[in-house]
Amino acid sequence: MGDPVKVLVVDDHAMFRVGVKAELQSAAAGAVVDVVAEAADVDEAVARIAETAPDVVLLDVHLPGGGGVEVMRRVHAAMPGGAPRFLALSVSDAAEDVIGTIRGGARGYVTKTITGPELVDAIRRVADGDAVFSPRLAGFVLDAFAGSIQVAAVDEDLDRLTEREREVMRLIARGYAYKEVAKELFISTKTVETHMSSVLRKLQLSSRHELTKWASDRRLL
Amino acid sequence: MNAPDPAAPTAHAHATEQPLAAPQWRRATRNSTDPLVGGVASGLAEHLGLPVLWIRLGFLAATALSGLGTVLYAALWLFLPTDARFEESAPGLESATRTGKRPGLGHRLGDMGQALALGVLGIGLVLMVETVLGRGAIVFPVLIAGVGVALLWRQADEAQRERWLDSSGRVDPFRAIFGAGTTASYVRLAAGAGLVVVATALFAVTGGRVEVARDVWLATLLGIAGLAVVVGPWVVRLASDLGAERAERIRTQERADMAAHLHDSVLQTLALIQRNASDPTLVARLARGQERELRAWLYTGEAADAATVAGALREVAGRVEDEHAVVVDLVTVGDRAMDESMRPLVQATREAMVNSAKHAGTARVDVFAETTEHGVEVFVRDRGVGFDPGSVGEDRHGVRHSIINRMTRHGGTAQVRSAPGEGTEVRLSMPVGEEA
Repeated sequence: MGDPVKVLVVDDHAMFRVGVKAELQSAAAGAVVDVVAEAADVDEAVARIAETAPDVVLLDVHLPGGGGVEVMRRVHAAMPGGAPRFLALSVSDAAEDVIGTIRGGARGYVTKTITGPELVDAIRRVADGDAVFSPRLAGFVLDAFAGSIQVAAVDEDLDRLTEREREVMRLIARGYAYKEVAKELFISTKTVETHMSSVLRKLQLSSRHELTKWASDRRLL
Repeated sequence: MNAPDPAAPTAHAHATEQPLAAPQWRRATRNSTDPLVGGVASGLAEHLGLPVLWIRLGFLAATALSGLGTVLYAALWLFLPTDARFEESAPGLESATRTGKRPGLGHRLGDMGQALALGVLGIGLVLMVETVLGRGAIVFPVLIAGVGVALLWRQADEAQRERWLDSSGRVDPFRAIFGAGTTASYVRLAAGAGLVVVATALFAVTGGRVEVARDVWLATLLGIAGLAVVVGPWVVRLASDLGAERAERIRTQERADMAAHLHDSVLQTLALIQRNASDPTLVARLARGQERELRAWLYTGEAADAATVAGALREVAGRVEDEHAVVVDLVTVGDRAMDESMRPLVQATREAMVNSAKHAGTARVDVFAETTEHGVEVFVRDRGVGFDPGSVGEDRHGVRHSIINRMTRHGGTAQVRSAPGEGTEVRLSMPVGEEA
């Protein structure tokens, strides 16, 4: 039901773009997802987004011309409010790439080993406005907030995770699906998604200093 | 008695020592971390293994021999490189230093007192020599000029340490003269120049009867000296900068070697995959192993060694992946050093992963390990067929012995949650702190 989700694939490897298209077509039998365009670098991606107005942009993190974060920055600056949703799709699962991309405005982050059906599901969830958290991403989030709360206990409460959000993140990190999290905690799936969105918001708003500290403690900077 | 053939062992030694580092001869350096004036004395003290006070007193005593100590100090200052160019800190720290995010060195009061005492002692010595020998006014202008030149030199030296470059790597004449541009450097420069001028004026006043020609000659001499002071450090150390450049080149080569090695391993695996394309399990295993290795090298830098709990779990997870052809998605939060008390936990985790891999019928196991100050919790979960924990016979030892009993024996807890069709989750928890 409904129109297929319009997707733009941004990746500098032509072979990978072809693979993603093929995978999406075969996995989304009923044309749930429609790949409307492709782009190979930052400039091209920005231009294609303006042209085709996709619902979801599958975005590689490492791109010629400044990387995925640069694409998001320019698109958000050019069309505040009307920007598409970004789902990062990268081979890297390094903490600084994941956290940096989420802070840059992506609604989710999946790695390239993801299967076709899972990718379709992730695209649909992002298109619906939810956040997509992989177990690894949830682990990074927990790590980031656990590290920062001990160091900077004085920071405003907004930047912390509530007990409930922590619980949700831990279950996601343990490999639970949203539905299973909801069942485990006796809340609705919608509530789980709300928690996810607020975690995402906190991650983007939390002070830059904490993250730098966290990253440099782990020698990532 | 056989005299050893001199050629053979030498050749042998030559062959074996060649790949090692060149013979290390210790080179004296100036101490750039806590210099009183130029860091010469503290650098020498470190080199010779003597107390720094002795070296300073030595310089002072030598000064009494018609200024030998001062000349010696100046010469050493000129020719000894700083130790700063030989040390290399972690990339993050270097970046923080470059961007000025690290705290500066505090001044040590004890050293200041020592310097003051030595200075006063020096002046006393000079005055004593003067009273004994009765040589008049020339000493003070020379003294003042000397202090001025020292200040100027120190400024030029510090500026040199900033490498006379701006952030874009070009030589910046402003930085060359003023260094980092702090108030201290301006004050020092002004004071140095002022002292030299005062000394010249003083000489002119006291030596007013001397012919003009001599004054001109003196002024020229001072001008040349000033020029040497400013340009000197740069010229002298240009040569030693070549050494730093060579070190950089070696590092680059090392990096290239690493990349080449990695390429080889990836290409080897791809070749193996091509040859075994008809065997999907082998291909999947090779690809998984290679992916894990490459990913670890590229993105995490965390070795799968057993020094920490997370490292030990990673190692175990990798082995289970290889041996049982499943994907183990391991997520760790926090970490702590691996010790004896954590071994049962790691072994139980391994057992739980193996059980999931063998019996669940899925190709994927999620493992989450969280380390807090109170203990370590591990969750091993699959979405496989599941089973009814109550129906497991007493004769089945895997879960009961290897997981539950092992954990309780060592002060931990283990719980198995499973239902047919809903997958299985094993929860392991091991407290730390109090003796279990």
